[in-house]
Amino acid sequence: METKMDHMVYLDYMEQVDSDIMERVLDTVEQYDYNTYIVEDVKAALCKDKLDIDDFGALLSPAAMPFLEEMAQRAQKETRAHFGNAVSLFTPLYIANYCENNCIYCGFNCKNKIHRGKLSMEEMEKELQSISKTGLRDILLLTGESRHQSDVKYIGEAVKLATKYFALVGIEIYPLNTDEYAFLHECGADYVCVYQETYNTDKYEEMHLSGPKRIYPYRFYAQERALKGGMRGVAFGALLGLGDFRKDAFATGLHAFYVQRKYPQGEISFSPPRLRPFINNAEENPKDVHETQLLQVMLAYRLFMPYAGITISTRERAGFRDNVIGMCATRISAGVKVSVGGHEEEAKGDEQFEISDDRSVAEVLSSIESLGLQPVFLDYIRV
Amino acid sequence: MKKDKLVIGGHEFQSRFILGSGKFSLEMTNAVIQNGGVEMATLALRRANVGGEGNILDYMPENITLLPNTSGARTAEEAVRIARLARELGCGDFVKIEVIHDSKYLMPDNYETIKATEILAKEGFIVMPYMYPDLNVARSLESAGAAAIMPLGAPIGSNRGLLTKDFIKMLIDEIDLPIIVDAGIGRPSQACEAMELGVDAVMANTAVATAKDVPLMATAFRLAIEAGRSAYLAGLGRVLESKGEASSPLTGFLQD
Repeated sequence: METKMDHMVYLDYMEQVDSDIMERVLDTVEQYDYNTYIVEDVKAALCKDKLDIDDFGALLSPAAMPFLEEMAQRAQKETRAHFGNAVSLFTPLYIANYCENNCIYCGFNCKNKIHRGKLSMEEMEKELQSISKTGLRDILLLTGESRHQSDVKYIGEAVKLATKYFALVGIEIYPLNTDEYAFLHECGADYVCVYQETYNTDKYEEMHLSGPKRIYPYRFYAQERALKGGMRGVAFGALLGLGDFRKDAFATGLHAFYVQRKYPQGEISFSPPRLRPFINNAEENPKDVHETQLLQVMLAYRLFMPYAGITISTRERAGFRDNVIGMCATRISAGVKVSVGGHEEEAKGDEQFEISDDRSVAEVLSSIESLGLQPVFLDYIRV
Repeated sequence: MKKDKLVIGGHEFQSRFILGSGKFSLEMTNAVIQNGGVEMATLALRRANVGGEGNILDYMPENITLLPNTSGARTAEEAVRIARLARELGCGDFVKIEVIHDSKYLMPDNYETIKATEILAKEGFIVMPYMYPDLNVARSLESAGAAAIMPLGAPIGSNRGLLTKDFIKMLIDEIDLPIIVDAGIGRPSQACEAMELGVDAVMANTAVATAKDVPLMATAFRLAIEAGRSAYLAGLGRVLESKGEASSPLTGFLQD
């Protein structure tokens, strides 16, 4: 029988940063028992000017469920104070879907028989041109997690090409060492999204059977390495529904909170994806994260860290997305394709998951405007 | 009576309401400027999507004086580069320096702000630095060539009013440049209070942008700022202690 790698031990090439944030997060989450909170804890949290970690725990607890309306009212005030009525627009571009990891919940899983591909620079340029015609200025480049098929040099070239058409370039790729983040920052990337998927180390081990992604701490410290490498912003997220979503959301908030304290210049944002059905595995269902629970998580993030961005994914339906922008979400994707390419030419590889909001940029734009919010294409200047 | 004007870097303004932009819908810009009697409005260069959609520059009336800000700059060097870019884009010589490398409170870095002010003033910019109200820093900014000083009343976006009142008073007393309260003003009454104290102008954004009726709130700010200014010029009367004048004299023992 194949011996599995120890998921808590770094591989040789993986850099270790000097930090104890992982231990602090895991210890605090270990202590977190959301069933101990009562209505009074939630009420007390909602009366406070500034929420502490315990208040955040209360807002994520089942006791807070009857208070969603109050939380939403306050979240909207906080969002307006920190972001006005601005809503940023961006789109993701999948440039490759090769993957070396066997993550049992993911459509890109290396054991999954799907069409794999990666865009050549010529193909990528056509995609970028096509997207930029929609008026977008902010793009997120994504790959599957394969250091071999989509190496750092390839991603660097992609980032450079993207800066020809976009003012802000983010990356959602496999975790890197600090010097590699610094290289991609030099190439023009300014923000990094790495999602821990689940913060529960045992669950993480069960879900990530093989491949470098199996190594939990290397993934956990990606945001710190990215900020050390000069990146301006980092995004945090757990794939809600994979583990115990309340504990995972709590851990995500703590992770972001401690990273912001250590790197006060870092711009922090959250992405709250929940499990959606994916190719070849239709019977896997989201566990218990309905829209109500998802909203609870998003509101708790907003109230705990009112200055952090929250991105809402096209995994959610248009009606949900339109209602959370301005209330707690600050950033929304539009004109999304989750296949490799597919904006200009036919897609070169299959999708990672199914999307629920396939509206064009123009349609999302008019929705935002009809809500009295201000669509923002560009909120960044690279100097 | 001499006309009461605000003079910044040799430019005269009738209005003492400086509008921060960027937190309300661009379509409302014009109505807010008209109702607020605004003559100067800030412009975050990072929002200027020149030639693209949602370019804030496209919504600014022609007669408005643009005050490009360096929002997004984390160091003096980045602020200097953004200011130069603003000038290249034809935004004029005014610049509001914002140097922030704190994503939580968005507190300005006074030290980097002084450095940027010095460089940009030498390059002929009319420099208006946003700062945390510290008298020594204000003096340094003055000698670095600032054209006005923009102390914060409270953390940006907080709408909490003049939390730094006592420190702003020191700037009013000691600094010969216009003092413009920027950030934290949440209500017209707070703007009025600042003007009564003797600040030269008030800047507001969130307070207007988060109102239910945005253009009407712009009107309210204009009136409050005018009222506060008039009160300052008129000279506030004495405010008596609640018990009135002390009745038993402390100086009755004197025998000349």
